[in-house]
Amino acid sequence: MAEIIKVGMADSNTTYSPGVLTTLGLGSCVGICLYDTSTKISGLVHIMLPDSKQIKNNVNQSKFADTGIIKLLEDIIKMGAKRSKITSKIAGGSQMFNFNDSSDIMRIGLRNVAATKDILKQLNIPLIAEDTGGNYGRTIELYSETGILLIKTIGRGTKQI
Amino acid sequence: MGISIDDLNSLQIDVLKEIGNIGAGNAATALSKMISKKVNMNVPTVNILEFKNVAELVGGPEAEVVGIYFKVNGDITGSIMILLDKKSAKMLTNLLMYRNDEGEELDEMDISALQEIGNILSGSYLSSLSTLTNLNLTMSIPSLAIDMAGAILSVPVILFGQVGDKVMLIETVFIEGTEQVRSNFFLIPDEDSFETLLKSLGVV
Repeated sequence: MAEIIKVGMADSNTTYSPGVLTTLGLGSCVGICLYDTSTKISGLVHIMLPDSKQIKNNVNQSKFADTGIIKLLEDIIKMGAKRSKITSKIAGGSQMFNFNDSSDIMRIGLRNVAATKDILKQLNIPLIAEDTGGNYGRTIELYSETGILLIKTIGRGTKQI
Repeated sequence: MGISIDDLNSLQIDVLKEIGNIGAGNAATALSKMISKKVNMNVPTVNILEFKNVAELVGGPEAEVVGIYFKVNGDITGSIMILLDKKSAKMLTNLLMYRNDEGEELDEMDISALQEIGNILSGSYLSSLSTLTNLNLTMSIPSLAIDMAGAILSVPVILFGQVGDKVMLIETVFIEGTEQVRSNFFLIPDEDSFETLLKSLGVV
């Protein structure tokens, strides 16, 4: 059995193959998986907010899409991942509660996803699959041996991307 | 610079705790009237926790829970969220509808009953807060979700997360006969409102 490494909210972690990275109960947060297809070095960050520059208290890099992805990228490169072989998959960013007046904060899931995609684009990391949006929670597992991302839900089944 | 939960001193925490106490007391009375039975409660505990430890309180991030969410407007703005584990939610609806459905699932009727209970709980809390602070406060209609605790909690955690790394929640156990209903209550003032709130309570 491969080791299962938990990643909490506003947290990140990395592994060599065959480790499995998981984050439980993603809601409006986004789970971003970086995966080097050549060395199978994998990383997962669970971000909560789109932009560290809009928040005063921004010490925890893994809390934000911008700083979180950059830190994770640096971490896996330090472990030996090849920059040109790194791909990404993302999941989460749902809107758990519905209100008619959709203020910014209620659309935080969408904003997290948009910010995540922007950063990945800026960093030239291909986004090869995503399972985002909706109004339900997700638990995700990244299998470093294959690069497969498994997504589990309550009442909406399980899928692989 | 706004004040966040991370910076609260013990006096401020005590004051918020006391409001929690009064609010829960009013909620118990209101529940009691609604079901025409005596409802007791324990002394509420006010927890200030790091994000990562919140989900453990309700059985871990994957446990299925009920979240009832309200927006607060008026002199301060913010959000209220009530979190119930599924068992407690079912117990509450059974009490309200004078029945003893042992099934786990929550149907349309249950959901509508829970929204009403959420109204009463958060209304009681807000009216205590309003009385004590002289602030004019109103709340929105409820929005309810049943899903993984981690996913539901991501909402208050993100709201708190804009100003700090901790959340504040008030845990109350309501007791009717032999039944115990555990509820967690989050009050999340928006960034600038927290200071207004503490000021009107005279603790800044």
